[in-house]
Amino acid sequence: MIKEGLLYTKEHEWVGIDGETAVIGITDYAQEQLGEITFIEPPAVGQKVKANGEIGSIESSKSASDIYSPLAGEIIDVNTELETQPELLNTDCYEAGWYCKLRVTGANGTEDLMDAREYDEYLKGL
Amino acid sequence: MPFIANTEQQQNEMLNQIGLSRDDLFADIPPELRCRSFDLPRGVSEQVVRQRLLEMAHKNSTELTCFLGGGFYDHFIPAAVDSLVSRSEFYTAYTPYQPELSQGTLQAIYEYQTMICRLTGMEVSNASLYDGGTALYEAMTMAIRITGRNKIIIDDSVNPIYRVMIDSYTRNLNIELRQTCNDDGLANREEILQNIDNETAAVILQNPNFFGCMDDFSDLAAAAHEKGALLICSCYPISLGILKTPGEMEADIVTGEGQSLGLPLSFGGPYLGFMATRKKYIRKMPGRIVGQTTDTKNRRGFVLTLQAREQHIRRDKATSNICTNESLCALRALIYLSLLGPKGLQQVAQRCADKASYAYKRLTALPAVKPRFHQKWFFNEFVLDLPCEAADVIAKLIEKGFAAGFPLSRYYKGMENSILVAVTEKRTKQEIGMLAESLEAVL
Repeated sequence: MIKEGLLYTKEHEWVGIDGETAVIGITDYAQEQLGEITFIEPPAVGQKVKANGEIGSIESSKSASDIYSPLAGEIIDVNTELETQPELLNTDCYEAGWYCKLRVTGANGTEDLMDAREYDEYLKGL
Repeated sequence: MPFIANTEQQQNEMLNQIGLSRDDLFADIPPELRCRSFDLPRGVSEQVVRQRLLEMAHKNSTELTCFLGGGFYDHFIPAAVDSLVSRSEFYTAYTPYQPELSQGTLQAIYEYQTMICRLTGMEVSNASLYDGGTALYEAMTMAIRITGRNKIIIDDSVNPIYRVMIDSYTRNLNIELRQTCNDDGLANREEILQNIDNETAAVILQNPNFFGCMDDFSDLAAAAHEKGALLICSCYPISLGILKTPGEMEADIVTGEGQSLGLPLSFGGPYLGFMATRKKYIRKMPGRIVGQTTDTKNRRGFVLTLQAREQHIRRDKATSNICTNESLCALRALIYLSLLGPKGLQQVAQRCADKASYAYKRLTALPAVKPRFHQKWFFNEFVLDLPCEAADVIAKLIEKGFAAGFPLSRYYKGMENSILVAVTEKRTKQEIGMLAESLEAVL
């Protein structure tokens, strides 16, 4: 399942942009590949990140994956619900299972991201 | 037949290609440590070889009365430890590759973890590590992971063997190691407090420390926490039968050498590193962890848990690249502690302390022997100053059947005449008296 109106990365993360705020999460494809998600290690609010910089990790019953920031900016919020209910990433990855929010700084890096149609093509090619 | 597949000619070709000689390949090993020759004659029968090796082995003195400590101690080991540990169901150093199939092994590790937690006063323990030194190193890198800082303060009253290991592990890492110098046998509070800042990941201390002195690090734990740093405490497990636990002192990570818990003294081990921490740090802890759970029929069972920290899943970002634990050694510790029980452990610790106290009185009564430090709070080990070089006195006492202690000059400047004497529950009043007489005779 791919949601319209979001931007996507090859690392299977989605970005929802609203002004200078970017909401980041993992895609339905990512959660399906990970399996039952058991733990997240979120970034710290206030942490400054570069594009493609590490912003924590997600553990499932069979793997552990780092999460990379699609854009440069500063972490302004993390989804604390995930600490007690990491399964939200499995059940509702585009809404209640959002991962963190970023204030985008510096040059706009969105040209490297895919839209829903491009991501769909990308998945078909995997 | 050699087990190296390539021929000497091929090896020479490869060496020529990269422009090195055979000796260059071993350049990192100091020449004096390289093997020169085994001097083994060809064509000698098995019986002759065995005889020759036995003669060589007998040159080791194994019957000395042992007052040697320094982190490894001559405690009594009940025969039941050997007997139980030798059962074929248990007899492996590894957690099995299909661990959940071996419920007995996992249960033993789970119980070992429980005992380490109770002993140290901490919340979670791993399934064990190689030895006390590597456990302390792992605790240090764990503190760096937790805090995101890279400055470490370590007092020189921490076992120098561990400090040498930490030095070599960290030499090429981006870690700032700050060593403080003990103050009359105790951790140097003033210097440590001066050094703790907002860049400090952890303060590393030991109790009882290498000189045998007992301490309470509660104040230093509080000072470290105030700056967001952790307190790592290495400890001697037998002493925890009577001493305040590192948990009670608010230490964040506790490690130690588990040899004293039913493992025989042996040069080079195998020994046992233990590690325990607070529950909130469990995901940052290295090593395997066994957890208790229920199966689909609601029966109790044991599993390896939180494996996503480990290298077979997280690869280069694993909490540690040591996945082997010392299962068999941990099992010995578990059996030893089970046989003793809390009361037995308390008695062993109390006997060590009482006998050490008696030995201290007997030995310092000799006119030529002086206590090194002013404070008298020691557990089962203490430092004496002799009128001449300690290493010479120790050599003379070996002739008289005693391993009298550890010459501190090996690791500390200005302590040429100092000897570290350890007394366990195995030493008798008579042996202590004989040591005092022999020492007086050789001085």
